[in-house]
Amino acid sequence: MPQELSGADILVQALCDLGVDHVFGYPGGAVLPIYDALFRQNRIKHILVRHEQAATHAAEGYARSTGKPGVVLVTSGPGATNAVTGITDALLDSIPMVVITGQVATHLIGTDAFQEADTIGITRHCTKHNYLVKDPAQLGAVVHEAFHIATSGRPGPVVIDIPKDVQVATAAYRAPGTIRHKTYRPQVKPEQGLVEAAVEMLAAAERPILYTGGGVINSGPCASMLLHELARATGAPVTSTLMGLGAFPASSGQWLGMLGMHGTYEANMAMHDADLMVCLGARFDDRVTGRLDAFSPRSKKIHVDIDRSSINKTVRVDLGIVGDVGRTLEDMVRIWKARGHQKNDLSAWWRRIAEWRAKDCLDFPEDGGEIMPQRAIRALYEASKARKPIVTTEVGQHQMWAAQHFGFERPNRWLTSGGLGTMGYGLPAAIGAQIGNPRALVIDIAGEASIQMNIQELATATQYRLPVKVFILNNEYMGMVRQWQDLTYDGRHAESYSAALPDFVRLAEAYGWTGLRIERPDELDGGIATMLDTPGPVLVDCRVAKLANCLPMIPSGAAHTEMILQADQVSGTMADEAKALV
Amino acid sequence: MHIHPAPAERHTLSVTVDNEAGILARIAGMFSARGYNIESLTVADVTADESISRITIVTSGAQANIDQIIAQLDRLVPVHKVADLTALGPHVERELALVKVAGVGDHRIEALRLADVYRARVVDATTGSFVFEVTGASEKVDTFVGLMREVGLVEVARTGVAAIARGREAV
Repeated sequence: MPQELSGADILVQALCDLGVDHVFGYPGGAVLPIYDALFRQNRIKHILVRHEQAATHAAEGYARSTGKPGVVLVTSGPGATNAVTGITDALLDSIPMVVITGQVATHLIGTDAFQEADTIGITRHCTKHNYLVKDPAQLGAVVHEAFHIATSGRPGPVVIDIPKDVQVATAAYRAPGTIRHKTYRPQVKPEQGLVEAAVEMLAAAERPILYTGGGVINSGPCASMLLHELARATGAPVTSTLMGLGAFPASSGQWLGMLGMHGTYEANMAMHDADLMVCLGARFDDRVTGRLDAFSPRSKKIHVDIDRSSINKTVRVDLGIVGDVGRTLEDMVRIWKARGHQKNDLSAWWRRIAEWRAKDCLDFPEDGGEIMPQRAIRALYEASKARKPIVTTEVGQHQMWAAQHFGFERPNRWLTSGGLGTMGYGLPAAIGAQIGNPRALVIDIAGEASIQMNIQELATATQYRLPVKVFILNNEYMGMVRQWQDLTYDGRHAESYSAALPDFVRLAEAYGWTGLRIERPDELDGGIATMLDTPGPVLVDCRVAKLANCLPMIPSGAAHTEMILQADQVSGTMADEAKALV
Repeated sequence: MHIHPAPAERHTLSVTVDNEAGILARIAGMFSARGYNIESLTVADVTADESISRITIVTSGAQANIDQIIAQLDRLVPVHKVADLTALGPHVERELALVKVAGVGDHRIEALRLADVYRARVVDATTGSFVFEVTGASEKVDTFVGLMREVGLVEVARTGVAAIARGREAV
């Protein structure tokens, strides 16, 4: 019989057995036994954030950049409710995360005790799964199972709610072996017959397109290499969702850029005119498809996804393959070669793509008087690309400009809140990424509105001496809201002006950061160089053109062929049907 | 702008789940979160060791919605199996209702006569009331309850549908 441990010690021991090296958290009454257990050991390092939401985003940044699950520890009640936004973010973007929440003692549950919240009830629909552990003897097994569920299949967040008395009570703990869950068995290996059919469809296609998503990143770096191999073998153009950027190198001639609402003209037109679309680990989000009945109307569609419920959810496909996208790509490449398929003559298809590319849709007007935000992103990319930076973003125009103008060459280096669109994601995610990649250059491309949603995390970076760089595109507006108001509501800017902004440079300095300001185009390159060369954390307040719009854009409810390309088209109003589509 | 609901068809699903705390909330919550209908839901454990519950859900939606409901149910961690009995073919659906009727004289006699026709059993009687137990397909229960309205219906308790496929195989 192994020695009995307290629930708190069982938790810490199980985390160690699972290879956890960092926990992002914030202490409180209902997790004091766990914090004491952490204090009495030195294998797991705890990163103290300044708000529980930031702990979850930091864990996401850590997970997305390392491929390992992020671990969060928060107290009951407000600790848990503050974590809900980040948990939901991880659910929508399929990020592996385990969140440990303290709970009031079991005999107090349901009595409206101090700092009691129904964490299991609240997180039931924003987690992949959750547990309330009432018996310390089951805690170890639950922790191991939670990691298994969070990291396998379609990854996602798992909450373990542990009442305080369960943290104190003792039980025996032994690390379980390989977990074979009685009900949860995600299908990893695709059905061979379906993969063979997919290969034959690819071999016969005249206008194929590969449409890739975050699943390729989640599947691991091998999946990105296999994607490259499949693209090379077939000669097909590649486009990607926001979440999938980096899985395919932006420098490749087969890269069309991102698709969807703020995707490139060539990517959206190619999606529209393709005769075969192969969707790899993406989920036909409304930001990608635009108006559904006009989405890629003439293509045969293949969808590879590890989550069966993603297939035929919004877009009916001709061939659905349930399985890990990396395993499927491996089989596709193998079968393609085994059957001796040669690259089809796609020259007519590529000629049409060249015509769309000639529109140069990411071009932007520039008069030299003020810094255009697109120019700032391109300058940042040029100055930093040799150092292979990890880029995080907040949410809004700056995020889309970063997606459009920063070149992503490899996976796990682009961390952004895609599904939930959470402002305040970028700074804590950058902190988590820097913890997981101590020597990497980590840059949060931010907006002046978003950054204020988790600005308190400047202190976290200071405390742990993390050399994170924050690059704020400051246009004094919640720019994407303002852009939509111009497009949809005749330019009535309801509450979208960022009034009473702080002096970001002095704010940074107050937190122990270096603060820099860039105001004129001729200061841009020098300012970026200073940011990159300055050791320690640096915040840059880059003043950009206030009313620049993020283009191209598919207005809500419109088809891929109805892109807005020019700035002078961004004004007017819309029918109620379009307004309701968001 | 007006919102128009899509046409719907009725499906009976049988879901076997781990009999753990919160499983019903997980399933009912998934339906409400994703905007699916629940017309009826019954649940009880069905194994000797009480480890597995069987849930029968009657829902409605377009076929694509039904497929999506099945896939969404299937990805809940404690769910063992989801079977669409309507799509699988012939199956038996039954529900039980307790129907309280109050009245005197002709109404009372008529209620008893109708109950006999519908094979409803009298499970409680006073000088001024009956409680009938009626079992059958939902339509039969509906019809019986409708008839009782005319002879002094007081209240109804219904179990919702339990269903099982015909033949010797388990789902």
